[in-house]
Amino acid sequence: MIAEKAVQQREKVDLTFKQGVKDCIPTLLGYISIGLAAGIVGVSSHLSVMEVTLLSALVYAGAAQFIICALMVANSSISAIILTTFIVNLRHFLLSATIAPEFTKYSLLKNVGIGALLTDESFGVSSSKIAKGEPINDRWMNGLNITAYVSWIIACTAGAIFGHLLSNPEAFGFDFALTAMFLALLVLQIESVLPSKLNHYLRLILYMAIIMIVLSFFVPSHVAVLISTIIVATIGVVTDK
Amino acid sequence: MSIHYPTLIIILGCALVTVVPRIVPFLVVRNIALPEPVLKWLSYIPICILTALVVENFIIQTNDSVKVNWPVIIVVIPTLLIALKTKSLSITVISGVGMMALLRFFLLS
Repeated sequence: MIAEKAVQQREKVDLTFKQGVKDCIPTLLGYISIGLAAGIVGVSSHLSVMEVTLLSALVYAGAAQFIICALMVANSSISAIILTTFIVNLRHFLLSATIAPEFTKYSLLKNVGIGALLTDESFGVSSSKIAKGEPINDRWMNGLNITAYVSWIIACTAGAIFGHLLSNPEAFGFDFALTAMFLALLVLQIESVLPSKLNHYLRLILYMAIIMIVLSFFVPSHVAVLISTIIVATIGVVTDK
Repeated sequence: MSIHYPTLIIILGCALVTVVPRIVPFLVVRNIALPEPVLKWLSYIPICILTALVVENFIIQTNDSVKVNWPVIIVVIPTLLIALKTKSLSITVISGVGMMALLRFFLLS
C-alpha cells in the first residue's frame, strides 16, 4: 500500500509541465532547422518578417507554411491556397484522433488547447510514450506542446530576419528541407506499420508515385496530391485483407 | 514590416483550416465512435499524402512542359537511406539540406 502510493507519487512528480519541456528537447533541432528554413523561404517568397511570425503563430504547421509560400509565389488564388492547406493538414485529424482518447477526462477547454498545438513531432513523442505504457497527462502534454510552439515561432522569425541577409537561400539547399522532412515522416510512418501489412503499404506507395507522376502531366501538382491520395487511400481500403 | 490584407486573409483562412482538423477529433471522440471503414480510409491518408508530397518534388511543372527535377531525385536517394538508418527527423533534414547544398555548389562551380 505504501509502495503503491510511492509509485503514484513519483509518477505525479515525473509528469510535470517541466518534464514535458525536457521531453521536447530532442525534437527541438528539427523544429529549429525547419523553422529557420520556413522563415527564409517566407521572406524569399516576399512575405514581411511580421507576416512570417504571424503565419508561424497562427498556422503552426511546417509543411503547410512551405506550401503556402510556394503557392503565393505561384500567384494561386486565396481559395486554392486555403483548400490546399486544408488537404495538407488533414493528416492532423488522424494524429488528433489517435491522441484524443488519452485526454477525455479533462475539460473541453484543455482538450481544445492540446489539440490546437498538436504536431507531427509532439504526436511522435506522446504516442511513443503511450506505446511504452507510460502514463501521460495534461500538464506534461502542455509542457511538450508549448515548448515546441514557442521554439517554432522564434525559429521562423529568426529565419525571416536572417533570410533578408541571404541573396540566394536555394544555394544553401534549404528548399530541400521540406522534401527531406516528408521523406523522414514517411519512413517513420512505415516504421509503425505491422510487418504483415508492410507489403500492402509499400504497394500503395508505388501506386501513389505512379499516379502522381501521370497526373502531373494534366493538373497542377497540388491537385494531383489530392486526387491521387483519394484514389490510393480508397484502393488501400478495398485491397485490405 | 507590414502585413498585406490578402496575406492576412490567407493566414487567417489557413489557420482556421489547420486548427479545425486538429481539434475536431478531441471533441468528437468524447461522444461518437467513427464507422470502421472511415477509420480505415483515414489510416491510409498519412502514407499516401506524404508520398505525394515527396514525389511532387521529382518534377517541375511549367506552363507547357513537365521536366524531371534531377537534383531532387539524386539527393532523395541518400536522404532516404539516412532516414531509414537513423529514423531521425532532424538528422534526415539537416543532412538532406547539406547534401543539396553540396550538389548545388558542385553543379554551379
